[in-house]
Amino acid sequence: MLHTVNKSPHDSSSLRTCLSLAKPGSDLLLIEDGVYGALSGSIHSDTIAERLNSVTIYALGPDLKARGISEDRLISGIKVTGYDGFVELASGNDKVQSWL
Amino acid sequence: MSETKKFMYVNRHAPYGTVYALEGLEVVLIGAAFEQDVSMAFIGDGVFQLKQGQDTADSDMKNFSPAYRALGDYEVNCLYVERESLEERGLNEDDLMPLTWEDEDDDWAEKKSIHIVSRAQLSDLLEEQDVILNF
Amino acid sequence: MKFSVMVNEGPYTHQAADTAYHFIDAALRAGHEVFRVFFYHDGVNNGTRMTTPPQDDRNIVNRWSALAVEYDLDLVLCVAAAQRRGILDADEAKRNGKDGDNIAPGFRISGLGQLIEAGIQSDRVVVFGG
Repeated sequence: MLHTVNKSPHDSSSLRTCLSLAKPGSDLLLIEDGVYGALSGSIHSDTIAERLNSVTIYALGPDLKARGISEDRLISGIKVTGYDGFVELASGNDKVQSWL
Repeated sequence: MSETKKFMYVNRHAPYGTVYALEGLEVVLIGAAFEQDVSMAFIGDGVFQLKQGQDTADSDMKNFSPAYRALGDYEVNCLYVERESLEERGLNEDDLMPLTWEDEDDDWAEKKSIHIVSRAQLSDLLEEQDVILNF
Repeated sequence: MKFSVMVNEGPYTHQAADTAYHFIDAALRAGHEVFRVFFYHDGVNNGTRMTTPPQDDRNIVNRWSALAVEYDLDLVLCVAAAQRRGILDADEAKRNGKDGDNIAPGFRISGLGQLIEAGIQSDRVVVFGG
């Protein structure tokens, strides 16, 4: 399953809820304000990094760029993808769950 | 349409503060006519949608909580409520509306529609679905 | 692959309408089919032709209309959500005794059944919201 999270972890429990329900082997794509969850050195970074061995986490490149977040500031192991990659993740997984 | 899919409506918003709960419920009621395999999940603040005793008389908003009681008549009879979400909010099953449905395959026995499930069970249920709509 | 998309927020306040647009555009360019785009909640505000953004900003409504023409996209505004928020086509305006309609080109107004049908007919449903 592909999960998407579009809220900052500092403002919403969406990312926490998503990670608590996502099964090992799931994909997670951070979009919109969700990309703030990809930043290293935040109070949430360790929680997110811990899940990287069971969930593949992506952040949407255009949303990172719009927010001035360069790839060298991301938690190590988080992948960056674009809208084409988003489509590939949505088609490659059997369904999509959006944690709005 | 002969194909039957498993639809799950995932509710994560409290009622009244925003319109998501009300309009989400409208989708479930309309969707019932399509005879799909339907369930609802209540996670996070979504559990507040099922709180007993909602009364909007003094706030002049539409009290749509009675519509949840009609779900059983629409054959929407699997409402999964995440136990952890209830507990985190200081609620338990007795705080929720006693929703029931009548099982025609069991001499119209009245059965509970609300199932309190653990986070792990809910994770399994999500995985089983064909279509997940989020409100 | 056949996608359907649900858009639950209006333009400009939330990024959801932008993300949905770019997702659909990418899917169509990759050769996928988009069976339907269903606009719900404040998402119906994506379909009013009265929108007049500043010149230096994107025109989200016109962008949808153009995509609908280019790919023969089915853009559906939920009738119940649209009525609450004052989005009308000519028929709805007449039926409700209103003095004008405001639906944008390429959109149509229909019932919630269109969303369920999209779920049944499509391989994937992707929801974008606030």
